[in-house]
Amino acid sequence: MTGKFTPKVVTANALREGDVVYMKANDDWTRDLGEAELLTEEGYAKLRLLMAEGQPEYVVGPYLADVADGENGPRPIHFREAFRSAGPSNYFHGKQAGLN
Amino acid sequence: MNLIVNDNGFSKDDWNGGFSALNDARPDVGIDLATSSDPGELQGRLDDISIIRVIFPNFSDGRGFTIARCLRLMGYNGRLRAAGHVIADQYAMARRAGFDEIEIAGAIAERQPEADWRFRANWREHDYQSRLRGRIPF
Amino acid sequence: MYNYNDFDAKFVAERNRQFRRQVERRISGNLSEEEFKPLRLMNGLYLQLHAYMLRVAIPYGTLNSRQMRQLANIAERWDKGYGHFTTRQNIQFNWPKLRDVPDMLDALAEVDMHAIQTSGNTIRNVTADHFAGAAADEIADPRPVAELLRQWSTDHPEFQFLPRKFKIAVSGSPNDRAVIRAHDIGIGIVKRDGRIGYCIIAGGGLGRTPMIGKVISEFVTQENLLPYVEAVVSVWNLLGRRDNKYKSRIKITVHEHGIEKIRSLVEERFELLRRTYSGIDIKLFEEITAAFSPPEFQKVSAGEFELAYKSDPVFESWADTNLAKHRAEGYAIAQISLKAHGQTPGDATSDQMRAMADMAEEYGNDELRISHEQNVVLPHVRKSDLPAIHSILKKHGLATANIGLASDIIACPGMDYCALATARSIPVAQDISNLLKNLEDEIGELKIKISGCINACGHHHLGHIGILGLDRAGVENYQITLGGDATQNTALGRRTGPGFSHDKIVPAVERLILTYLELRENSGETFIEAYRRLGMEPFKSALYDRVHAHAAE
Repeated sequence: MTGKFTPKVVTANALREGDVVYMKANDDWTRDLGEAELLTEEGYAKLRLLMAEGQPEYVVGPYLADVADGENGPRPIHFREAFRSAGPSNYFHGKQAGLN
Repeated sequence: MNLIVNDNGFSKDDWNGGFSALNDARPDVGIDLATSSDPGELQGRLDDISIIRVIFPNFSDGRGFTIARCLRLMGYNGRLRAAGHVIADQYAMARRAGFDEIEIAGAIAERQPEADWRFRANWREHDYQSRLRGRIPF
Repeated sequence: MYNYNDFDAKFVAERNRQFRRQVERRISGNLSEEEFKPLRLMNGLYLQLHAYMLRVAIPYGTLNSRQMRQLANIAERWDKGYGHFTTRQNIQFNWPKLRDVPDMLDALAEVDMHAIQTSGNTIRNVTADHFAGAAADEIADPRPVAELLRQWSTDHPEFQFLPRKFKIAVSGSPNDRAVIRAHDIGIGIVKRDGRIGYCIIAGGGLGRTPMIGKVISEFVTQENLLPYVEAVVSVWNLLGRRDNKYKSRIKITVHEHGIEKIRSLVEERFELLRRTYSGIDIKLFEEITAAFSPPEFQKVSAGEFELAYKSDPVFESWADTNLAKHRAEGYAIAQISLKAHGQTPGDATSDQMRAMADMAEEYGNDELRISHEQNVVLPHVRKSDLPAIHSILKKHGLATANIGLASDIIACPGMDYCALATARSIPVAQDISNLLKNLEDEIGELKIKISGCINACGHHHLGHIGILGLDRAGVENYQITLGGDATQNTALGRRTGPGFSHDKIVPAVERLILTYLELRENSGETFIEAYRRLGMEPFKSALYDRVHAHAAE
């Protein structure tokens, strides 16, 4: 299927803490998906991923994750990304319990 | 320029005989072995070889360690060298498996300076294998 | 039990010193992530979905009260106050920070524990029967040989970068409680002409291509054990496929080359290797065996037990499900369920760990075991102490009377934690457990096992009812298998048909169970026996025929 590009964010885990992080437009990393830079163009998304891959001293395993544009910034489409952005479903731990 | 690592740290390569692949082996020339080689193919030829170099295509390819061990168990007493992508954290394993030395490229030496390799020069200590066998296996 | 000698203690300290430096080198950029990853894995450190995860070995599932207390302390100091016991006799901490891990490892070393080779392409933590040394049906205690193998495999220079992971399990009893036929190498202790030896099974495993292991040697003597096992791993290290990680496990090597070919290669390698052993390993083995010599069992009256059993129905029910037969008269093996209804299978809080440590110290010869079914065991308790133990368990939420029943579910962490998972496991286990809470005594023995991906950490292939969570086009989907068996009669479950969505899987399991209750010959016929008699059809019909499906919803 060709057609419209599904918007993306660059996401990874922080090297020191292990937390899920997202790349912001100003090149910083945030733990809040809503603050991530929404990437709506394929070529630019690839470029941003390359920039993330150039920061192995901060992050591990960066990749592009599908998102939708929402009222409070990007929101997950796939359930895996939903868990990554919130935390586990058996305990109130992780991001849902407050960003650390 | 590649460096040689042994228990004393870095040194220049003092082997001047060059290396050839197993199938065009010549006297006084070292043998290069890929990690996909069967060490059994060298059976009966080991006495004439002065140096064997096992090339690690990637540090996570652990076949080289078993190849070294097999060569020693088959009676090879010559020089045995690991080369290619080997990291300092593998120095002790390489020595315990039967290698005498490691040949590394300058780029590896830059990120993993001599001190990182010397840190593992105590490979004879804390070794369950020699404890279980009552001696170093070779 | 075995205590570290000077050598073990110095080894672990040296290893921790190395790992501390590796962490610093990774942070400073001198080790790439590609290079650091196998090094952290061989020290038990994963990077999971939300955080790092440290997997600590509990070799052959045995630990003492001091060790359990230290696990509780670690969970409080560096984690969120709990730990997760796994199907391979490990404990996992889900929330450590990279820089704290070297300190956690030092804290473990204080109590003779480590996280070495709990992950990575190495020989993993050697597991054993959780009733070892206590079971009535045992030929010999499997732990001395498991400890010998732990020492042999630790930092083995040839085997730190294997084609893939390699798991070994040992059983000392003909009734296999260590699932040895589903391991890369399974070792069964056997007796021949009055001599103890080892039956070696190779090439078993679950995962994407489940295989039941094949006997590679029927009888290996004690003198030949280490060189034989070494020969198996050594042959596989050269022969195992490195081009495709789904085909790299020894089960595929055995399948592709045939067990006869592998056996002859192993025997050839064995001839080379046996000469490197001087017999010192036999002396070490004898020392280890002495360390595991059983406690002195006393003759004590079981009067208090009988009294409580007759007068307290809650105790009676707990005793009926959670006790197993001990080899000594007046003693029992008490199993502590970590499967409270609606809770996460295998999780224990720091308070619960301390309570279990206290009970082991006071009543249990200072010993605890972790079972592959994610429960804790007090292996040697006097029956007369059981009422007191039960009342302490109740206080700490540990008195669930469900061992071997429908809510005693094995579940992997699944997508709530695991980076490899394709669906969640824990909530499915929680919902099934809540649903069957009041029915499970009526149902009787039933093994439900849930994995959140094809790698099968939840042993779903071996469940009487197995559940495998997959990602089907971005939605969680659960396949059911029936008829698996984790005992010495190892059998792989058969798939029933198409999977169920997350909200349909629990009602589907309920339909299976109602069908069983309806069709069983009598209350003595277990689910697995009924399935073997009836076959797949009535269960399939209950799952997929519209009539049944609607009636149950």
